[in-house]
Amino acid sequence: MTVEALLPTSADEAASLYGDGAGVTVVGGGTILLPEIAEGREKPGRALMLHRAGLDTLRVDGERVVIGAMTPLAVLADAPDEVLASAARNIGDGEIRRSATVGGNIAAPAAADSHRGDLGAPLIALGARVRSTGTGGERMEPIEDYLAGDRAGRLVLEVEYDRFERRFGAAGLRRRHAHSYSIATVAVCARADGSDLRIGVSGIGPTAVRCRAVEQSRAAGDVLVDVDPVDDAVASAAYRRTVLPKLVGDALDQLERR
Amino acid sequence: MKLIVNGMEVAVVSPPLTPLLHVLRDELDITSPKAGCQQGGCGACSVLVDGEPRRSCLTPVAAVDGASITTVEGLGDRETLSPVQAAFHNHYAAQCGFCTPGMVIAATALIDRAGGPVARDEVIEALGGHYCRCTGYVKIVDAVMAASRGEVEPIEDVPVSVEGEPEVQPKGSPA
Repeated sequence: MTVEALLPTSADEAASLYGDGAGVTVVGGGTILLPEIAEGREKPGRALMLHRAGLDTLRVDGERVVIGAMTPLAVLADAPDEVLASAARNIGDGEIRRSATVGGNIAAPAAADSHRGDLGAPLIALGARVRSTGTGGERMEPIEDYLAGDRAGRLVLEVEYDRFERRFGAAGLRRRHAHSYSIATVAVCARADGSDLRIGVSGIGPTAVRCRAVEQSRAAGDVLVDVDPVDDAVASAAYRRTVLPKLVGDALDQLERR
Repeated sequence: MKLIVNGMEVAVVSPPLTPLLHVLRDELDITSPKAGCQQGGCGACSVLVDGEPRRSCLTPVAAVDGASITTVEGLGDRETLSPVQAAFHNHYAAQCGFCTPGMVIAATALIDRAGGPVARDEVIEALGGHYCRCTGYVKIVDAVMAASRGEVEPIEDVPVSVEGEPEVQPKGSPA
């Protein structure tokens, strides 16, 4: 099949070419999509390539940090904000992080044999919002709502979060391999006085999940109230259920120490 | 589309989502980048895109339209190996050789960026996505560190091509 490449040179043009997303394959950095094409699981007809759409910058806009969907993970890994930087450094290797994008990390659907999108946990903990377009036009929503919705019909434009002094903790289990997704990743943020606790967990199912029960109780074992881990090629659900409370406990302990 | 491959501008006619790897190998006959796993997991296909190492199997060619691509073919030649290539030769850092082009590309980028001696853990981080199925990692890391310190000995046993002989000859056992 002949692929038609759409090459928008602005975010508005990208949104207009995307329309409602029907029949359009979004191409970010290619790190997820190209193996799918090589394996014959994806057969794009119209490919919306975003590398010239001007969505590739991370900027500090007053009290907000705004991250374009095409910002490479390598930029996050070197960013001064340690919550995202440390999470980004655990994804792929340096070469993959130069190609892989923030938008692709949160927008790509889970694969049959593994979940994707380890930035979900820290972005939930940061209280991030996602600006996307699609049917009904542009909208901004909390990342946990975006993740829980129908991502297939949305084109992510930007991710943003508010800047204020935070304490954070992070814990995770992963294999040291550039192409292996994590077994479980936990990120925890709170204001300097300990209030406004937010906890995100990823690597445990099709999307990252916000753990409201632990936010209320501050008891690590309550992570399993919100999280129902899956069996996949990376780890068993039983193993994830066993280690998650420990990981959440570690992340909460770090929060207390910082 | 066009690419500047090893300093030469070339027109590309492959479809836009063709991996850069296959454009280089199949359209342009540049075969140092290897099609290993083709999922980004092995590093055998890495090339420099505007000086930065990237997996060519994960890079749609249209996304790097106009970019400068460097493969091992653009680093040195038979008589004048690049410092990293010479260090790999000196330290017996290539066994079967399949991972070597990707390793050399990643090491070259690391040393260019550092501009001086690099530590063992920096090499391990930079080469962390590159698999050597012969498990020759110790000699590879030694070679990269030596190259970063400028410790490159002259190459005296590079095989000379003879008319009618294969272009590439086995170097023989280090013993």
